[in-house]
Amino acid sequence: MKYDTKDFKLLKNEEIAKGIFDWTVENSELCKLAKAGQFVNIKVPSRTLRRPISICDACENTLRLVFQVKGEGTKLMSQMPVGSYVEILAPLGNGFKLEKGKRYCFVGGGIGVPPLLFSAKQTENPMIITGFRNKDLIILQDDFKKVSDEVYLTTDDGSAGIHGFVTDVLKEHLGEVDEVCACGPIPMLKAVAEVCKGEVNCQVSLEERMGCGIGACLVCACKTKTSEGEAMTQVCRTGPVYNAEEVFYDA
Amino acid sequence: MMPDLSVNLCGVNFNNPLIAASGTFGFGREFCEFYPLEKIGGVSCKGITLKERPGNLPPRIAETEGGILNAVGLQNPGVDHFIKNDLDWLKAQNTVVIANIAGNTVEDYCGMAEKLSDTAVDFIELNISCPNVKSGGVQFGTSCESVGSITSEVKKHCKKPLMVKLSPNVTDISEIAKSAEYSGADVISMINTLTGMRIDINSKRPIIRNNTGGMSGPAVFPVAVRMVWQVYNAVKIPIVGMGGISKWQDAVEMLMAGASALQIGTVLFNDPYAPVKINEGLSRFMEENNINSIKEITGSVIPW
Repeated sequence: MKYDTKDFKLLKNEEIAKGIFDWTVENSELCKLAKAGQFVNIKVPSRTLRRPISICDACENTLRLVFQVKGEGTKLMSQMPVGSYVEILAPLGNGFKLEKGKRYCFVGGGIGVPPLLFSAKQTENPMIITGFRNKDLIILQDDFKKVSDEVYLTTDDGSAGIHGFVTDVLKEHLGEVDEVCACGPIPMLKAVAEVCKGEVNCQVSLEERMGCGIGACLVCACKTKTSEGEAMTQVCRTGPVYNAEEVFYDA
Repeated sequence: MMPDLSVNLCGVNFNNPLIAASGTFGFGREFCEFYPLEKIGGVSCKGITLKERPGNLPPRIAETEGGILNAVGLQNPGVDHFIKNDLDWLKAQNTVVIANIAGNTVEDYCGMAEKLSDTAVDFIELNISCPNVKSGGVQFGTSCESVGSITSEVKKHCKKPLMVKLSPNVTDISEIAKSAEYSGADVISMINTLTGMRIDINSKRPIIRNNTGGMSGPAVFPVAVRMVWQVYNAVKIPIVGMGGISKWQDAVEMLMAGASALQIGTVLFNDPYAPVKINEGLSRFMEENNINSIKEITGSVIPW
């Protein structure tokens, strides 16, 4: 079995920053299958589409999911009571490829930061660079500090941490790592990919509006370079993680 | 006695009346992770074209109240790739295989019908109702003349039963259906999506990159029931009803309106197990009402 739908018990639902919610859900069958960088597809009562959310952390029996309220569906999710059951299709997609012996730098922006926690936990001595628009949107810093001794924080407006972008920090420290894994908005991913080009390998995790979440409906397309030329690939099944050089960021 | 869910269209036997609608089920491989495909009566494969198509740029989907808009733009690997790489596998799953074909020209459709006639597909579904491509697609499906001429042309090249899939974006769907029937259609499938649009009020941009998209899901169900009922009263060939079916009660309703079999699509995104659950509900309903076969339900509505 690769994926399935199951009921998960909501154990925790807490607002950890403005409009950003932190869920812990429990299911002994599907949690142990989760890999770094994968996502889940959550059924929301009264909505036609499920909501795809990245896996922030996974243990034997629990998943941690951190999401931002963006519209009706995520708003309803933020209001679900602890103790209720949520139907989740999981785990989906291809995550980050992490090799032993390599030093990784995890670069995240905004709501792209959560999947990097689970990924960073699986590597040795990772470097973490996360960036946010301002201090009110900062998340998961204490969690990252438990995983790494080298955690950099940037804000676009300088209201916390380093005033600037994640790429400013990445440029300074690129020589200290073997590979970069990034997740965040497209302009950030494009900038990170440019910094890494010709220097170190870079993997990027993308976001796209999805239908089925399993590769059948072809809705979440990403224009990519493949061995056979240019092609539309599915973010939910080929991705969400791609090699940074495969992706057309301006399509 | 357990009710018999099987249906027969043009001599082809379906295990049950539920067929996965084109574009929502790929070529079946992904859903095979959830249940064996023999649980579903048939699969209408993703719309295929003569040559490979990359489809539209994203975003290709937007949610609406009770449904979705999509504009995938017929991304597919082309008919030869389908025949070489997907058909044998799908055919081995003990379900009816319907090849959904779309083209830019009449010659495209005829060429594909010819190629597919020499394969193991059970039906060919003529997609003349895709609203999301620049040329072809729905332009063939919106007048009686064009529906008639493409149906009769394709029929000349087609050795398989021909299902013609109708667009709801027309003035009088019964006239279109009659034209398809007169020109040789063996089955009508209906309805394709209704053209719609959503705008992001902050960016002033349409949510879908194609600007407009095809609307589907529970919100279109009453429109689909009405149109199936109108067409049932206008033609003699069987109708495969679709449009927003998401629970077993909807399936019964669509059959009562005049459908002989059903297609389901959008609900699969919400619940991939929907076909299995709908079949269970349908079976229970038939048992409780002493109905022995699906065809007893077809067209059984008692209009006022």
